[in-house]
Amino acid sequence: MNFVFSNRAKLFSIILMVIGAIAIVAGFFADGSEHHGRWWSNLLINGFYFLGISLGALFFYALHFATETAWAVMLRRVMEGVFSFIPYAAVVLVIVFIGASFHWNHIYHWMDQSVLSEFVSEATVDSDHPEYYDSMAEAEEAGVTALKNEDYDEIIANKSAYLNIPFFWVRSILYLGVFILFARWFRRRSLKEDEEGGTRLHTLGYKRGALYLVLFAVFSSTLAWDWLMSIDTHWFSTLFGWYVFSGMWVSAMNVIIILTLYLVSKGYLKDINSSHVHDMGKWVFALSFLWSYLWFSQFLLIWYSNIPEEVTYFITRIEEYKVPFFGMFIINFALPMLILMSRDAKRNPGFLITIGTIIFIGHYLDTYMLVVPGVLFESWEFGWMEIGFFLGFTGLFINRVLSALTKASLVPKQSPYLEESLHHSI
Amino acid sequence: MAETKNFTKVVHAMFDDDHRLLDAAKDLVGKGIRIKDVYSPFPIHGLDPVIGIKRTRLAVVSFMFGFFGISLALLGMWYFMISDWPMNIGGKPSFSLIENLPAFIPVTFEFTVLCAAHGMAITYLIRNGTLPGMPAVNPDPRTTDDKFVMEITNLENPNLSSDELSEMLKAVGAIEINEKEIA
Repeated sequence: MNFVFSNRAKLFSIILMVIGAIAIVAGFFADGSEHHGRWWSNLLINGFYFLGISLGALFFYALHFATETAWAVMLRRVMEGVFSFIPYAAVVLVIVFIGASFHWNHIYHWMDQSVLSEFVSEATVDSDHPEYYDSMAEAEEAGVTALKNEDYDEIIANKSAYLNIPFFWVRSILYLGVFILFARWFRRRSLKEDEEGGTRLHTLGYKRGALYLVLFAVFSSTLAWDWLMSIDTHWFSTLFGWYVFSGMWVSAMNVIIILTLYLVSKGYLKDINSSHVHDMGKWVFALSFLWSYLWFSQFLLIWYSNIPEEVTYFITRIEEYKVPFFGMFIINFALPMLILMSRDAKRNPGFLITIGTIIFIGHYLDTYMLVVPGVLFESWEFGWMEIGFFLGFTGLFINRVLSALTKASLVPKQSPYLEESLHHSI
Repeated sequence: MAETKNFTKVVHAMFDDDHRLLDAAKDLVGKGIRIKDVYSPFPIHGLDPVIGIKRTRLAVVSFMFGFFGISLALLGMWYFMISDWPMNIGGKPSFSLIENLPAFIPVTFEFTVLCAAHGMAITYLIRNGTLPGMPAVNPDPRTTDDKFVMEITNLENPNLSSDELSEMLKAVGAIEINEKEIA
């Protein structure tokens, strides 16, 4: 049976999108921060958060192929719906990166030439666009009297072999290209299987799933360094990639479960039984622990060793962002732990949707904490602009995902594992 | 039958296939017979609700042991490191449990897991009567290999004659039926 995007849901998502559009336009003019930092970081936060949800779904999709997991076959179309959002989120990120590369925003500090060059010409030093030189000799050759550049930052300059604009674009395009390619490919394979059936396409899915996992293992780490960790350019953490990835994964499972329960409540996916729901609940429960574990592992080592170059990251967050920083940790760790611990709660749609909505906001705040402290430092505000952006992107996500769900049967009719998934019982 | 009143009559029906036993159990329960227990070398999926075994409360026990572990670990570290002999490690002499909490979390976590896991395993063994050295209670050693035994007593089925029961069990595929009387 095909899903029908009801008018009520459509209206709901459009209202959210209108709120978002108003916030985006009004926010741009209302934002008084330098280089519109608040406006641009909102764009990055929402783009990355919803890309993360879609990537988590794509990752789990590939994982369940590679491990030949049968029970999740019933949820395949829901996951396909969620990762159909990748291109939309990719566009948002590309806009942010274009803005950064043309210096319309200053999210990525290392993109600024002034921190990279040791010398500056005396004549232009006070102008808006000074001329920079890497050495005295270079300046002399150009016939310019050069001064020592006071903004020069040796640490960032030494990172410029990796952190430079062309290579950043090569990597970003590579990641997004691979994600979009695999998402489209998985979807096409799935639709073809509905007509053809058999094991040939299934085995193909297995191989591509395994290949995707290998690529994503690398890209999930490097994209987190490139897009998020490089905001705090001086700071680095080897755990960062896993931490960001675990956040993506738990948000994805959370969204998949809410979406599945919504479809069930509307009378679709009748063969989803309490065991499927229980297993999804277990994923949210367990992944909340994985996320908390990685968050804490990163925090503990830096807090304990107390090395200035590392600990500044947390000092900014604890001194300036105490409430959202610890608040989001409590929301994302303690609530799922205490409430989803019992078996009955994991089988109860009411509990799952309530907790799911709360940690949906909680992981948004996590992404907020990844971006904003590095961009706005102590001059941050959380107000109608953040809420408006978030509602708008949520509306767009709901709208795109639900309309992607209408395009094919909600059950992969010919999958060889469908029968096993229908009788899933734990 | 006055003399059987003090005796419990136990019927042990042996099966050689878990699916046949599951079907048999459904069949017998459908006819109103109450099965006391099943002895099997491995868990039989879906059997518990059929013979009316209640869900285990082991999870509650595990939570209590875990809670005990977390409390004891925090209390212990507060006493050792803060109260009795305050420690200054890595320049963090705040003499406060809450401010030094991150350093105590790994120990607390491990101790919680230790208590929950050991407590749960030991509780499980005691409740099953399978602690090392305890006498075996399974009616037939073959149930630890490849046979399955269904136990039916006259306590739960007072109106059932043993001939009737034997007929029924044979009809559902029992390969061996033993009757015992226990004082």
